[in-house]
Amino acid sequence: MGARRRRILPGFGLALGFTLLYFGLVVLIPLGGLVLKSSTMSWGQFWGAVTAPRALASYRLTFGAALAGAGINVLFGAIVAWVLVRYDFPLKKLVDALVDLPFALPTAVAGIALTSLYAGNGWIGRWLEPLGIKVAFAPLGVVVALTFIGLPFVVRTVQPVLEDLDAEIEEAAASLGARRWQTIRRVIFPELWPALATGFALALARALGEYGSVVFIAGNIQMKTEITALLIVGKLEQYDYAGATAVAVVMLFASFVLLLTINGLQRWATWRRPAFGD
Amino acid sequence: MASAPAEIAIPPAAARATAEPALVRRVLIGVALVFLGLFLLLPLATVFAQALERGVATYFAALTEPVAWAAIKLTLLTAAIVVPLNTVFGVAAAWAIAKFEFRGKSLLITLIDLPFAVSPVIAGLIYVLLFGMRGWFGPWLGAHDIQIIFAVPGIVLATLFVTCPLVARELIPLMQAQGREDEEAAVVLGARGWQTFWRVTLPNIKWGLLYGVILCNARAMGEFGAVSVVSGHIRGLTNTLTLHVEVLYNEYNFAGAFAVASLLALLSLVTLAARSLVEWKTQRVSAVERVTDEH
Repeated sequence: MGARRRRILPGFGLALGFTLLYFGLVVLIPLGGLVLKSSTMSWGQFWGAVTAPRALASYRLTFGAALAGAGINVLFGAIVAWVLVRYDFPLKKLVDALVDLPFALPTAVAGIALTSLYAGNGWIGRWLEPLGIKVAFAPLGVVVALTFIGLPFVVRTVQPVLEDLDAEIEEAAASLGARRWQTIRRVIFPELWPALATGFALALARALGEYGSVVFIAGNIQMKTEITALLIVGKLEQYDYAGATAVAVVMLFASFVLLLTINGLQRWATWRRPAFGD
Repeated sequence: MASAPAEIAIPPAAARATAEPALVRRVLIGVALVFLGLFLLLPLATVFAQALERGVATYFAALTEPVAWAAIKLTLLTAAIVVPLNTVFGVAAAWAIAKFEFRGKSLLITLIDLPFAVSPVIAGLIYVLLFGMRGWFGPWLGAHDIQIIFAVPGIVLATLFVTCPLVARELIPLMQAQGREDEEAAVVLGARGWQTFWRVTLPNIKWGLLYGVILCNARAMGEFGAVSVVSGHIRGLTNTLTLHVEVLYNEYNFAGAFAVASLLALLSLVTLAARSLVEWKTQRVSAVERVTDEH
């Protein structure tokens, strides 16, 4: 059946051939060059660049801030998704459309906007500074930027799951005597769990490599507020190609692991949902 | 119908059991709106407020100075090259993936997302390693007087990499959901390959394709990290709009930086509006289809 169907439609060879050629030239071969470059380094050279104190400090900041940002987004993203799906309020459509802003707004624009908001004389910074909370040019600024950049992921993965939830299940739970909070915890939340995990992983993956929105607000002090992406740029500017490559390979590896995790999570989510619907 | 009397019999209890109390509802809406206001609306408002802080004259002066014009032109040129290429790629990839079964298909779908997972800085770095002065092809390019890094071709390549999956990402799920019955019917009725594509597939996917193109364009014009690595920041020559924003900002010319940034912010708002429009159109189409299917 499959073989016969395949032959009915034309263009398979052309479409797949072009896809592979283009993707190979633009993405795979250049990325392969990075791996090849790192293989020309000795192990000691590679390990030295990857575990230098400055590099380790940048991993700590990048991973820590990315985890914090993704965590904030899970909590508030779930609330935003819930509110957008279940409740009605004025300008809801507009608010819904605005959620995608971090996808569409250039990161450099987000970066300078957040910096001027949270700087000591900014709209938000002027209220926080007297309290002793320094956001701009401090690690907290990195968290703010990465929260902004990851905001749409949790909302947009949770929203469709909430929309597809069968109202009858909640009614059934209620008619069996469940309180509203019990229904949410025992019936709705288990359904959302894969989507929340996927959204978290997507936001984390995006945040790990983020550059534009962070460099303005971070202050970029070595060992303190220097993210890994900026460390790579710094090494490149000093023509330390080998050092830049080594750190980039570590980041690339982290991204690959996350990408595979996200794939697994998405399979988990699609595998669970129809099973419950039946 | 059987449940109707029960529903009528216990409305207050049912309402309480399947919905939250009004107070909880209001608190949740409040929390969501404050969060979005703080993280989305305020940054957006800041851009325009800062851009116009020194008055309209300064605003337009910042946009019309020659260096700004050069940045606008370079950004438009980059998008004009990148968007059509990635659109063709997206359509080809979606056609192969959505209409056919082949080995390694799920691997290909995963791989297409790769540029999203890679840091934009690494996207720039790989081209420096290939074409930079001390890169693989650097000596050869130098001998033939071809410059890619710190020049326009490098900017185009880095943007190509970063925005590569966008059109494909929009089209693959759409075309998978539509199946291949329409195209098969056309071919069985005697349509040729391209005829089938232009007359059957394209009308089916036009809204999704349009949004993919708009999104790809917005990201191509707004790319910063990858472009910043390969550009070399040569004023009037290799500065795109985002890099021009960075230069102005680092020179403490905040009004100028935000004026140029406001152009990019407007572009992103147009993109969001396009998304809402496309969603509304496709929902309406599918609703119409549902009605005509039922009759």
